[in-house]
Amino acid sequence: MQEEELIPHLFRTEYRKIISVLCKVFGIEHIEIAEDIVSDTFLLASETWGLKGLPKNPTAWLYTVSKNKALDFIKRNKLFNDKISPELKQTEMISDNIEIDLSNKNINDSQLQMMFAICHPSISTEAQIGLSLNILCGFGGDEIADAFLTNKEATYKRLARAKEKLRTEKVKIEFPSPSEISSRLETVLTTLYLLFSEGYYSSSQNTTLRKDLCVEAMRLNLMLVENEQTNTPAANALLSLMCFHSSRFEARINKNGEIILYEDQNEELWNKELIEKGEYYLNRSSKGSRLSKYHLEAGIAYWHTIKNDTTEKWENILQLYNKLLQLEYSPIAALNRTYALSKANGKEEAITEAEKLNLAGNHLYHSLLGNLYTNVDTIKAIQHLQTALELARTVADKKVISNKIASLKGK
Amino acid sequence: MKEFLLVFRRDAVTKDAQLSPEQMQAMMKPWQDWMGGLAAQNKLVSSGNRLDSDGRVVKPDNVITNGPYVETKEAIGGYIIIRADSIDEAAELSKGCPILKTGGNVEIRTLVPMD
Repeated sequence: MQEEELIPHLFRTEYRKIISVLCKVFGIEHIEIAEDIVSDTFLLASETWGLKGLPKNPTAWLYTVSKNKALDFIKRNKLFNDKISPELKQTEMISDNIEIDLSNKNINDSQLQMMFAICHPSISTEAQIGLSLNILCGFGGDEIADAFLTNKEATYKRLARAKEKLRTEKVKIEFPSPSEISSRLETVLTTLYLLFSEGYYSSSQNTTLRKDLCVEAMRLNLMLVENEQTNTPAANALLSLMCFHSSRFEARINKNGEIILYEDQNEELWNKELIEKGEYYLNRSSKGSRLSKYHLEAGIAYWHTIKNDTTEKWENILQLYNKLLQLEYSPIAALNRTYALSKANGKEEAITEAEKLNLAGNHLYHSLLGNLYTNVDTIKAIQHLQTALELARTVADKKVISNKIASLKGK
Repeated sequence: MKEFLLVFRRDAVTKDAQLSPEQMQAMMKPWQDWMGGLAAQNKLVSSGNRLDSDGRVVKPDNVITNGPYVETKEAIGGYIIIRADSIDEAAELSKGCPILKTGGNVEIRTLVPMD
C-alpha cells in the first residue's frame, strides 16, 4: 500500500483502538485528551514517514508513539497530576507505572466496553449512532454529516453535546454487571441495527460511504459474537440479518446509484459468501427461548436469499411477518407483510387487507397498492403510483415509481 | 382508542365438535393470518394466550371443582386484546376470527382503564 493510502487506512483501523484503550486509562470524562494524543500521533506519522520513509511495522509505531505521548502527558500535565492521579492511585495505579496495554485482548475488551459506554441508556439514540461512528469507527464529522445528510456544523455540535453528556453522566468504560448485561446489550444491538439501516436504506447518494456504514456495523456486531459475555442468540441473529441483507448490496443499486427492486435484481451479483455467513450465524442464534425481532427479520431475510417464488417461501415469509408484527408494529413491516400475503394468499385478499392499513400518507403504501392492482385494475394501479410519486421524497424513489408508471402506460 | 378483550369460546364437550390434531394444525395458519392482519393495522395490543380445557374452580369453604368447562358447550379457548375506536369497530374486526368457522364465538368486552 502506498503511504498516502496507508495513513488514512490506518486511521480508520487503528484510531478507534488506541482511543478506546486511552479513554479507559483516562476515563471517558477526559475523552478529549485521548483524542488529542491520537490525532498528534497521526500528525507526527504523516510528517515523519514522509521524510524518513515508512517504519517496518507502522501499526506498532503508532502504538509506541501514542503510548509514549500518553505517558509523557501523564508525567507533565499538572492538572492531570492534581486531579486525576489521586483517582488512579485509588485504583492502585501510580502515575509512574501506569500501564497502557495495547495488546489485542485489551484493545478488543476496551472497544467492547466503549461500545457499552456509548450505548448507555442516558444517551439519546441519535447521539449513540453519531458517537459510535466517531469513536468506534473512526469517522470524521464531515463523513457523519454526509451519511446523515445534515450540515457539518450541526453534526460537530451534536457530537460535542453527546461527549459532554458522557462526561456529566460519568459513564464508566466497563462491562456491565452480569445481571445488567442483557438489557444493556439490547441498547447496543438497537444502535448497531440503526447504524446498519442508515447505511442500507440511507438516501445519501454516496454509495461507498453507505457501504462503509454497513461494514462497520457488521464489524462491531462481530466483536460482540466473538466475546463470550456478549455472544447471545439475539446478537447472532442480528449479525445473520446484516449478512443476508448486505449479500444483495451489489445487486440492489446500479451504477447511477439508483435502486433496483428485489424482483429485478441479478442474483448472480448476490454475494454467496455473505449468504453462507448469514446461515451460519442464523444457526448459532437458534438457542435459548427468546425469539427476538432480529431472529424473525433474519428468517425473513434468509427466505429472500432464495430467488425462486415458491409457495413455501412466501408462506414462511408471511408467517414470520405475522409474528414480527405481533412482537412490534411498524408501518414498513405492515406493508411488507401485505406484499407477502399477496404472494401467499393471492392479490384479492391482499388488496382487502391493504386498504385497512390506514397508511395513506406513506408513498410506500401507494406503491404497494400500485403493485397489487397491476394486472388486476390498471387504472387503479396507475392512480396509486401517481399518488406515490407525489408523496415520494428522494430522487431514487421517484425514479423507481416513474419507471413503473411508464411500463404500465405502455401496456 | 379503547382497548377490548376478545374471548374465544367453543364447544369443548360434544364429540363431533372436537378438532383432530391435523385440523388443529390446519387452523394455525388462519389464526396467524388473522392476528397478523390485526397487528398490521396496529390494532393488536396483546396476542393473549390459548387456554387448556382442563381447569379448576375454587369456591368458598374449601370447595374445588373441575371445570366449569366440563359442563358447558361454551368453554373459553383463548383470548387476545385489541384496540379500536368503538365496540362496534371491535365487533367488526372480530368478524374475521377463524373460531367462527369452527362453530365458536367471540365475546367482546371493553377494558376499563385504571385511574
